[in-house]
Amino acid sequence: MKLTAVLASAFALSAVNMVATAAEELPACEDCSDAMTIVSWGGAYSNSQLEAYHKPYTESTGVEIINDESSAEAVAKLRAMNEANNVTWDVVDVVAADAIRLCDEGLAMEIDADEQLAAAPDGTPASEDFGDLLVSDCFIPQIVYSTTFGYRSDVEGWNGNAPEDICAVFDTAAFPGKRALEKRPINNVEWALICDGVAKDDVYDVLSTDEGVAQALAKLDTIKDDVIWWSAGAETPQLLADGEAVIGSTYNGRLFSVIEEQKQPVAMLWDAQVFDLDGWIIPAGLDEERKNRALHYIKFATDTQRLADQSKYISYGPARASSAPLVGQHAELGIDMAPHMPTDPNNAANTFLYNYEWWADNRDDLDAKFQAWLSQ
Amino acid sequence: MSASSTELSHSQTHPAADPLTRDGQPLKKSLARALRREKLRALLLISPLLIFVLVSFVMPIGDMLFRSVENKIVADTIPGTVRALANWDSNSDEPPAESVFAALANDMMLAQEKKTHTRLGSRLNYDQPGISSVFRKSGRRVKKLDNEAAKAAFVAINPNWDTPAAWGTLRSTVAWPEQFPMTAISFRHWVAWLQSEEGDDADPEAMVPHGFTYASLYHDLSNMPATSLESLATSSNTDAAALFEGIADQLDAFPSDDFKSQFADIDKGWLRVDNWQAIKRLSPRIVDSYFLAAIDSERTDLGIQRKPDNERIYLLLFVRTIALSLVITCSCILLGYPIAYLLANLSVRASNLILILVLLPFWTSLLVRTSAWKVLLQQQGVINDLLVWVGIVNDSGRLVMINNMTGTIIAMTHILLPFMILPLFSVMKTISPTYMRAAKSMGASDSLAFWRIYFPNTIPGIGAGSILVFILSIGYYITPELVGGTTGVFISNRIAYHISSSLNWGLAAALGTILLVLVMALYWAYDRIVGIDNVKLG
Repeated sequence: MKLTAVLASAFALSAVNMVATAAEELPACEDCSDAMTIVSWGGAYSNSQLEAYHKPYTESTGVEIINDESSAEAVAKLRAMNEANNVTWDVVDVVAADAIRLCDEGLAMEIDADEQLAAAPDGTPASEDFGDLLVSDCFIPQIVYSTTFGYRSDVEGWNGNAPEDICAVFDTAAFPGKRALEKRPINNVEWALICDGVAKDDVYDVLSTDEGVAQALAKLDTIKDDVIWWSAGAETPQLLADGEAVIGSTYNGRLFSVIEEQKQPVAMLWDAQVFDLDGWIIPAGLDEERKNRALHYIKFATDTQRLADQSKYISYGPARASSAPLVGQHAELGIDMAPHMPTDPNNAANTFLYNYEWWADNRDDLDAKFQAWLSQ
Repeated sequence: MSASSTELSHSQTHPAADPLTRDGQPLKKSLARALRREKLRALLLISPLLIFVLVSFVMPIGDMLFRSVENKIVADTIPGTVRALANWDSNSDEPPAESVFAALANDMMLAQEKKTHTRLGSRLNYDQPGISSVFRKSGRRVKKLDNEAAKAAFVAINPNWDTPAAWGTLRSTVAWPEQFPMTAISFRHWVAWLQSEEGDDADPEAMVPHGFTYASLYHDLSNMPATSLESLATSSNTDAAALFEGIADQLDAFPSDDFKSQFADIDKGWLRVDNWQAIKRLSPRIVDSYFLAAIDSERTDLGIQRKPDNERIYLLLFVRTIALSLVITCSCILLGYPIAYLLANLSVRASNLILILVLLPFWTSLLVRTSAWKVLLQQQGVINDLLVWVGIVNDSGRLVMINNMTGTIIAMTHILLPFMILPLFSVMKTISPTYMRAAKSMGASDSLAFWRIYFPNTIPGIGAGSILVFILSIGYYITPELVGGTTGVFISNRIAYHISSSLNWGLAAALGTILLVLVMALYWAYDRIVGIDNVKLG
């Protein structure tokens, strides 16, 4: 809850776009390597980082940045590199859950936020500026994204009704048609319980019992025949655009591009969106020069202005509270980005908080049960 | 093979007249030498390839497969705890005694310094959900544990206990380390911890260890038989005797650091018997837990048992993988045979054109081909649209042909078809047309000539194609993942998940080993039934 409050209040200030303050002079990096490999997700997301971080960084330091689009396999590859004692990556973009896993496995180095990161322009230390979003000692968040639903706005069978809350997903009588859900338990079981009458705050307590898991799966059972299970974030937008699915979950940025860039008849259902974080880690065991370079880059790329800049290219919210007022317009479409941020107060009226610790403990167990249920 | 060996033994039974070579050596000997030289040269010639295959293929695979039983992380990370747990009865309903917690505190001090406690936590979490946060939390707070009570008691008995010299004396006694197992581990850990904390120049000889080591010493002393304790206090080593004098009487009233309740304060999980049972069960360096998990079983108090219904998945997936692979192989034979026949019997010009069409998919990305099937097969896709337009199905009854088993079979048959057509084609090309003409000239009908003459000649091609297609499809995972929905996914999808996502490489290795053994068993069965000599790639 705290996370929502912090971000939402920050966004409330963003009615007037503040003029971007000139970037502070970047201190030189001492004893640093002059090339680095940065790993990210590829596609529009990597592009937003290229524009907001890599280009200005290369411009002011002359460092050559090599892009590797392997974030989807980052955890496994980092472990293999670590075992082979040959880590070739300098900075890696991962989601928070993976960062926790990497930190647990000793594959990512710990970063002291206040010591290594830039303070906010008003002097607020980084650890306060990021606040609760520093979910792991090894992880510096960049963006807040959400997993949420989009639906087709032209379905004949819905008699002019549009879904207003998350439980429309489970209501196949009022909203017939195929649903697209991710092929993993995370988020799905929480939504199922919420729509089965469990209070939001009790969801993880209920899920901690065998009966709770059974309850969630039983709720999902009611729509199982109507679900297309996706495993890549690009699938739902495609399914919605084809009319193959009428409502489906995916990352909010993907839905933004279907709606605003491709002008498809799709609308956002922000209700019960689940916030998640994406950010940087530095692999453990880099030599001194490469470590210094990685830290120097991260200090630059996660300062207040840079995080705000990224939102010009993609509709994900900056992870710093101080960046929120600086969010401006889309670089090409020229539309205000603030209303498309998952953290915008209008969108964040009802959000659900993902419990990292709980999932780190129970992911393997629940995944086995979920997969067994799927294959029945 | 058998013929030549009988010949050899035949010649060996008649050694009477050994012919000699010109230099007087027996012919057999010099022949053997020449052969050996020949073999050595051949070995040298292939050695670069052999070494390459060994280093880049056999060894990594062997290493990966070994992970299915390897489990040294527990004994390496918390050696003291593992040792202390040996005395704990895992069938009792009580969590272990204080001495185990003292060992745990000491192990955790070093583990959190080296950041290995969370790694151990995630390993144990595969078998015991919830334990990873117990380790994560404890690592953060283990440094703040109160650990001075035992030390203070030792110092109260003899102030010398607070000097590095006392530890030098203790370590020079004959009883060290055999009679002080926990203290020895603890001392070694403390030295490692010190050097990790303060650098290599920290001198353990000039300092006294932390309180955890004193606690271990107390537990060692109280586990010792009274006679050993007595002999320590009266040993000829006067320094040591002085240190242990009077301790025996006070052991019963020794103050405890009570690590047990301190750990319980950090996380209630430390008092859960099932957590401790898991640690004890997983403490050997070689375990079968991954293999058990791979066949939907687990080891419980009652021995090996099948998992509850709602967690069984792998056996089903193994069966499905093999069944679907067989179906895919059969449909490849049905579709590929006529095409290969056409290829082999049409004019060169026409057959080249068809060959290009067969090979074209080979040059297209796998993902593009798979996505193309999505466009064709989905409910709002090309085929359904066509059927609705023609009027074969109505708009509300569009066929579900993708995101299920059908999707997997169709897409994979298409992708693997060239692997069936090419061996068939190359075998068919070698079948002389005169055979068929001869059969017909003797009065056989077309179909009789085909089934009696032509078809049997193509069986080696079918065999080769089937083996290729079957083995390839058994290991496929991208296509099933994209078009298989829930009923069309293979075991490889779970292996990929455990390799890249859950990081449970041990389970992935166990599943992979089982898959490898299954394939080899099927290959063996094929060899017994059909004969591998009957397979021809051209």
